[in-house]
Amino acid sequence: MKADQTLDCMGLYCPMPIVKTAQKIKELKSGEVLEIVADDKGIKHDMPAWSQATGNEFLGFEESGGEIRVYVRKK
Amino acid sequence: MTDAAPVTEKEKMTMVVFSGELDKAMAAFIIATTGASMGMDVTMFFTFWGLNILKKNKGGNKGKGFKQKMFGMLNRGGSKRLKLSRFNMFGLGTWMMKLVMKDSHYPSIDEFIEMAREMGVKLIPCSTTCGMFGLAEESFRSGVESISGAAFFLNEARKSKVTLFI
Repeated sequence: MKADQTLDCMGLYCPMPIVKTAQKIKELKSGEVLEIVADDKGIKHDMPAWSQATGNEFLGFEESGGEIRVYVRKK
Repeated sequence: MTDAAPVTEKEKMTMVVFSGELDKAMAAFIIATTGASMGMDVTMFFTFWGLNILKKNKGGNKGKGFKQKMFGMLNRGGSKRLKLSRFNMFGLGTWMMKLVMKDSHYPSIDEFIEMAREMGVKLIPCSTTCGMFGLAEESFRSGVESISGAAFFLNEARKSKVTLFI
């Protein structure tokens, strides 16, 4: 998936990927896509939940070899 | 995911932080910073041992009279003196926990407090325990709100979607 910006959260535990995503998304324009790269398994449930709470659109994730790439479109 | 409307600006979370152990403080600040990241308005009300998390690491303890001074010495507090609630083992367990946190680039309690402050989380010391323990606003680190009572907490809590006691 094509993203406008990428946020590296490799090696970070909950809640840091969420905290950093909430900060990073402020830099994006409405409609742009943020890619979050993480290895904390919780992110697969946390990012849809965060998106639901914040009104951003959760687009899905891709997982390969312990690396999880999550995509969120800014509202 | 079930359908739920996004967090509105006024959605609140309130927390009573009663415990003053490292692990419980971590749990409290993890939830507080996550809530703030989700757009919630978070208030943490610190009482009893929870006040130790907010105490200055140096020179915060004053207290009037022998009993309060004595108690302040036994119950020093400060973010750097918090211990694990289990497996402290005279400090060995806590030391190891702090090493593990450092190795995994996990924020310290100090960093969590700063992060929470930057995100607009309100940190409020409880007036009754402050009074009993001889603590004043100068006893606490900077960024702590003014001392309030149970009515203030309850008024926030009744407007909150989430309330926790830690």
